[in-house]
Amino acid sequence: MKFLCVTCDAVMEYAERQLPGDGTMAVVYGCPTCAREIALLTNPMETRLVSGLGIQVGGRSVPDQPMELVRSALATGGDAFEDGSSRPDPDSADTGTRLTAGSVRWSEDARLRLQSVPTFVRGMVKKIYGEYAAERGIDEVTPEIMDRARADLGLEGM
Amino acid sequence: MSAPTGPRAGGRHAIRTYHEVADPGAEGVVAQIRDQARRLSDRLSRVGAVVAVASGKGGVGKSAVTANLAAVLASRGRAVGAADVDLHGPSLARMLGASRAPLSVGEDGVQPARGTLDVRLMSMDLLLASADATVRWRGPEEGAFAWQGTLEAGAVREFLADTAWGDLDLLLLDLPPGTDRLARLLEILPRLDGLILVTTPSEAARAAVARSARLAREAGIRVTGLVANMTAWRCPECGGETRLYEADGAERLADDTGLARWADVPFDPRLAVATDSGRPFAIVDPEAPVSRAFRDLADRLEAEIGAPA
Repeated sequence: MKFLCVTCDAVMEYAERQLPGDGTMAVVYGCPTCAREIALLTNPMETRLVSGLGIQVGGRSVPDQPMELVRSALATGGDAFEDGSSRPDPDSADTGTRLTAGSVRWSEDARLRLQSVPTFVRGMVKKIYGEYAAERGIDEVTPEIMDRARADLGLEGM
Repeated sequence: MSAPTGPRAGGRHAIRTYHEVADPGAEGVVAQIRDQARRLSDRLSRVGAVVAVASGKGGVGKSAVTANLAAVLASRGRAVGAADVDLHGPSLARMLGASRAPLSVGEDGVQPARGTLDVRLMSMDLLLASADATVRWRGPEEGAFAWQGTLEAGAVREFLADTAWGDLDLLLLDLPPGTDRLARLLEILPRLDGLILVTTPSEAARAAVARSARLAREAGIRVTGLVANMTAWRCPECGGETRLYEADGAERLADDTGLARWADVPFDPRLAVATDSGRPFAIVDPEAPVSRAFRDLADRLEAEIGAPA
């Protein structure tokens, strides 16, 4: 799918993606010539169709996780994966200078929100948010950081 | 940027076509799709042969054939993997004694469960919350037909590409019923080295499997064999055989399609009992006629795919 500014005959460039959490998605594109911006709005079915392809509009900013699609999309999954326990726990964060996914703190609200993620996929989700924060020098994951990460990383299904 | 090519017939604007417009963003999406295909290809590059067990018809014993064939090959020292790509009716984990086995994520991907004789296994059965849980996907119910097929094709791709199979002599793929499932799998796989079509002597099975045979021929799958399951019942007392079906649809199928009949598997109630309890019968009682049939199948498959002695 490509977007063309008819006036300028220029390809519109990806600007940002927003995931308000209701299953819809907004992707903003701008014309590099006239600066006109448009938003592509997808309904929940279209959003799921895109995520079902295993792709992220605007490109991936984190590498794929193994079986990311299955683990994030399966509503009836159990505790099959043992990966959560093998990762550093946010509760045991060290005080070193270099932030890692395991060393960032989690606010109480963020932790509560994480509890709503099925255990089946929680370890993977925790790691992704933790890495997102660590890579940006953010030492605490809050619900706001989680929202920003969802939009930035294109975590449509999480 | 190339110059506009002029108004199209009936159009108000001179809009270039999709292929005339270079867009790094759109090409990035294509690159993501290509990357998925490359990951699958890389994973399967360490597999000697990828062989699908399919039918087109349900209830003919595909999974039992897969489990017993995997066990026979593993008993010969082959490194065998088995992927249960029947997402909605997974049974391979149970049949290979790995039901509810935990999975772990390593550097190289998801470590497969280890079943009977160390067969490496991946199945939706291992991911579900309980043994009787159904597969339900997160997403809007409205329009589910539009996205579920895409998502499930992606799930199968992930099963194959993200499982750390390691070096395998053979990877068996246990397919769900339906000719379309074989067609979808062929779209995902970079290669399929062999196809085993399982049928019973019934006419209903013959018609369904014939469609799969035709698809395999059109797809150019050179190594395709037929397994006739539940052909006859042998009396344990007198050794006399009784046909379970009046017609021999398998024979007609072989005649019509030109497929070689790689094995005839007689009916034996002990097969289902043993396989259901996670102990493939071909290993439990290797001298039973049904077990000999699975050995015949393994012999034929190894000969066809050129497995090392």
